[in-house]
Formats: sequence, C-alpha cells, structure tokens
Amino acid sequence: MGEQKDVILSVRDLTTYFYTRQGVVRALEGVSFDVEKGKPLGIVGESGSGKSVLALSILNLVDEPGRVERGEVIYKGKDLLKMSKRDLDRLRGGEIAMIFSDPMSAFDPTLSVGSQITETIRRHHTGVGKKEAKEKVIDLFQKVKIPSPTERFDEFPSRFSGGMIQRAMIADALSSNADFIIADNPTQALDVTIQAQILELTNELQRTLGTTFVFITNSLPILARYADHILVLYAGTVAEYGTKKAIIQNPRHPYTQGLIESTPRLSGERLARLKTISGESPRLSKIELDRCIFADRCNEATERCLMKRPVLTSVKGSDDHFSACFLASGTMVRV
Amino acid sequence: MEVLIEAKDVHKDYPLKRKSLFKTPDVVKAVRGVSFRLRRGETFGCVGESGCGKSTLSRLLIMLEEPTVGEILYQDENIHQTGGSKKLRIREKIQLVLQDPYLALPPKMKAGDIVAEPIRIHNTDSAATAIRERVLDVFKEVGLKEDDYYRYPLSFSAGQRQMINIARAVILNPEIVILDEAVSALDVSVQANILNLFADLREQRGLTYLLIAHDIGVVKHMCARIGVMYLGKFVELGSNTDIFVKTLHPYTHALLSAVPTIEKGLEKQPIEVLTGEVPSPINIPPGCSFESRCPKGMNICRQVEPKLIESEKDHFVACHLYGNES
Repeated sequence: MGEQKDVILSVRDLTTYFYTRQGVVRALEGVSFDVEKGKPLGIVGESGSGKSVLALSILNLVDEPGRVERGEVIYKGKDLLKMSKRDLDRLRGGEIAMIFSDPMSAFDPTLSVGSQITETIRRHHTGVGKKEAKEKVIDLFQKVKIPSPTERFDEFPSRFSGGMIQRAMIADALSSNADFIIADNPTQALDVTIQAQILELTNELQRTLGTTFVFITNSLPILARYADHILVLYAGTVAEYGTKKAIIQNPRHPYTQGLIESTPRLSGERLARLKTISGESPRLSKIELDRCIFADRCNEATERCLMKRPVLTSVKGSDDHFSACFLASGTMVRV
Repeated sequence: MEVLIEAKDVHKDYPLKRKSLFKTPDVVKAVRGVSFRLRRGETFGCVGESGCGKSTLSRLLIMLEEPTVGEILYQDENIHQTGGSKKLRIREKIQLVLQDPYLALPPKMKAGDIVAEPIRIHNTDSAATAIRERVLDVFKEVGLKEDDYYRYPLSFSAGQRQMINIARAVILNPEIVILDEAVSALDVSVQANILNLFADLREQRGLTYLLIAHDIGVVKHMCARIGVMYLGKFVELGSNTDIFVKTLHPYTHALLSAVPTIEKGLEKQPIEVLTGEVPSPINIPPGCSFESRCPKGMNICRQVEPKLIESEKDHFVACHLYGNES
C-alpha cells in the first residue's frame, strides 16, 4: 500500500481463534488493512462475520477461551499486541477509545453520567482537579450537543434517552483526547433521525478535532455515507477492501456484489424481487482453509475455488482496492 | 377493491400508576386517532420511529388490546365486540409475524409442533396424519425441509427460524398477515430472502399484508400504500410514489433524508438533520406534535393540531402548510 500515506493503524495477518468444547472457532483469519489518519474506515459484515472480535483483537482485549494467534496491530509505530499491560492501559481509554452499540450498559447505572466521565479524565490526566475535570466534561457535553449540559452533568444514565446516552459515550471517548475511536455499531439501537444526528456529529468531530474513526456495522448504506475506505468481512476473513467508491461502484467480490444488490433501494423503480445471496454464512467452527469460504454461496464459483483459497490481492494493480476472489481482476461482470 | 379492515378513529391510552391520591394518573397516549382502510390483496406499510404507536396498532388489530375509543371493522364487523367462536374465527383470518425469530418460538417445542399448534387450537383438522401433511405442505412453501419437522428452534439459523414463524402464521390460511418488524433482526442477505418469500406468498395465497417497519427501504420495496406515523397518528398517507416522490409532510421529508442509502452516500447530498427527539407521549402539548422539531413551524402549529386532509387524490397529509382549515 502507498508510501506517503499517513497511516495511523496498520493491521497485518491478524488471526484470532476461540477454543471451545465444540472445537476451534476461527473467528478471524489473516486480516490485514491500514487506517489513514482522519480517513474513517468502515468495516461491514453480517452477524457472525467476526466484526466485534476484530475490534477486540485490535485493542488486545480478547479473553478466554479466545486467543490472538498471530499478527500485528501497529498503532503509531508500536505493536499493541506486544505492549506491556501498563502501556496498553494508558493507551486504551486514552488515545484509543471505543464506543459500543449499547451505551446504556456501558455506563454504571448507580453513578451520574458526569461523574463517570470525570473519572476517565482524572485517570488519564494526572493532576487534574475535580472542579477542572467537571468543567471539561461540561465543555465536552457542549461539543457533542447535549442540551443544558450543566444540569445534565448530575443526572443518572436512566434519565438519558438513547440518542443522548450515545452522545455522552462519545463525550467520554473524547474526554481523554482520543485520537482514534472504534465505534462498534454505534447507532444500532437508534431511530433513523437520531442515527443521522449521531453520525453527523462524528463527521463534525472528525473535521474539527481530527479524530480518526473506525465504524463497525452491518449496514453498507451507513458506510457509503460516512466511511472513506470500506472493508468487507466475511466469515472472519477480508473479502474485499478499498475506497468507498471502488467498493460500491466497482465491487470485485461476489459477496460484496450480493450485499449491495440485496439491500432495498430508496430510489428508482420498485423491483418485484430482490437479488439474494443463496444460503447463509458458514459456521466459523467448520471452516475449511483450503478452499474459498464463499464458494458454496457463489454463483460464479469454479473448480479452482474449491481447491485453493484465494488470497487478498490487488485489483488490476490498484494500491487502494483488494479482493479475495480469483475473478477479481478478470472478467467478472456485475449482474 | 374490497375493504378487509377499516380502522375508524382508533385511540389507545395506557394509564400509568397514580402518583398521588389527589391527582389524576398520567396517561400514555400510544395511538391517537388512527383511521385507515386495508384493501384485499394490498400491502400497506406503516413507518415511524420507536414510540410512534405502530406496534400498538398491530396489537389492536390482532385483538390483544382493545381500543380506548374508536372501532376496527373486519368485513364490516367490529372485531372487539365479538366473542366466542366468532372471535376465534376472526383470529384465524388475521395473523401476525413478529420481529425476533428467537423469542417468538418456544425453545422446547419441535418446529413441526410449533407450526401445527394453531391447527390444534382452532381445531380445523383432527387426524394426526392430516395435520402432519398440512404442516409439511407449508414447510415446503416457506422453504423448510421435511427433516426440519423434528428439529428444535435452537438448531435453526435466524432466517430459518423466521420461516417457521411465517409457516405458523399462514397455516390457518389467513387473509391478513401483520408483519411487525418481521425482517429487522435479520442480516441483509437473509432479509432479502424473507422479503422475496413474502412476495411469493402474497402472490400464491392472495394475502393482504400490513407491514410495520422502521426500515424505510423495506417499506419502499414492499408496499403499494404507506402511512407515516408520528406520535400516535398518521401525518402522511398515500401511495408509494406519493410518499417517496411527491413527499409533502416535513417529517416524511426529514425521515427520507436521514436514511443512509448506498446511492445517496456517493453523491454527498447534504442531509436534513432533525434537531431534538420525539416528545414524550405522556403530556402531549397542544398544536402539531411535530412542531418542536419542524424546520417549517409556524405560529398556528403551536395552537391548532392539523387534521389529516386529502391534499391530492388518495394522498393525505396532516400539516398546516397544506391548507389545513381549523
């Protein structure tokens, strides 16, 4: 991938397995990608594709019975997987923050929202007094557009609506001057008009504070609007990765094409039937490594796909578009 | 076209617990005067954000709730004033598919028994072999296999579970199926399969659907007529084209603008972001309920609640911008 890019996070061959009684679950297998500073990356995948495990693996938060098997997560030149626990603790919740789909459960219901964010600030900035921290929280509440921030400071999470608590969660992420925020399905529980508010807010923060976001979601339409690069995850592996434009206008993996075509459209003629992808995602405990994992659901699969696993390769020499399909550079036509 | 269901000014209030002996208890006004007609063979969509009353509406239609005011007629008969065998017969004709394919199925019953249960309850067939045959026919229709009869819900994928739900809903040969967020828990590729299945069943069985959803793409794809709900009322109601192309109500505009779509994403059109959130359905202020968030609010909106009027043929809107007489 290019030379002059300002890469903030570089993931290489990230592989995470879970050892369960039913056998080894290959949740992630050789995932590689780069995130450039200020250019939001969107990771899209269906349930069970390994999206959340990817987020946890990046932050080195995978717990028993799971284990990061191999790979590198280079953040600003340092490998998070090799860092000491102390350094890692300083980084996580500090420079790197995470936002969850269910912010209500991320806050302690018995403490006021303001006091919990104060805690984050004081933990990551030694020497900040309580009063100073409180002022900072109120300032952050203003930044994320929580109305009447001073009154809101002392309120408990249960008094916040779904949209408001997500704003508070973002304020918490920003409180430690986060540079890099992983948002795991940040608007899943929200209505469309509130979802638009939150996503537009992240957009604005990106511009004003230079924060880099990684959005993890199952909605390609959201990424079409808010991401710069898109990574399509399928059954724990990268199916396709590239600029938003490349992925949406010129998808070179049959799975990406299927995802786009099975999404109901808002414009144009109504279709009698939607295009579908036959079958369902494979179980991660039953993945065969010596063939294409999408072959069973693919209309264009040939014998080659059943004998060898396609690796992520550049599409026609582009340094910004990669697909794990034998047909990617060839004659694959969009149907 | 024959009208199957007619709702006339339906209201549903839920009184809350009395806070003080001397105060009247607060009331949640979930549905506040909804009228519409469901015609045979059509798919009518009902969109709105959480708390707009769309699920209460579906509960009223399947007789799980009684309206506080107003009536719902099924083939000219008030469904909430029937009893006994008559009520059972209407229930046979109006069925429901729910959102969560996991919670909607009893985990300790086999798929076959789940689908057979409505037959047993409604006693439309008694011989065990006849029941089994009917179940297997429906299994085939929705895309399940014969072997699936003896499997438990846990061993199915989400899409297959929704197929079981659908099989259970159609086994009694209903006329109307209410799809209450029936695909919102599914992944897009699975969702597309289920939406196609709904289209097939509509064609083969001549079903009438009331589709309740928050996903506007799904509603646009499925429905010929659509009602947009806000805080317990329809604010706009019309054909697919009326709603999506000839949009009138500011709320519908904002809703459509807020939906991210693959096509819009690349164009980078600015989107219209509504400020604020849906007000509480407990103390609804006078005037238009959308006024607090409306970019086009006027003086009159704060005082007089606009009525749902026919602005163009079969296109209804409740907004003072469109010549609402008070």
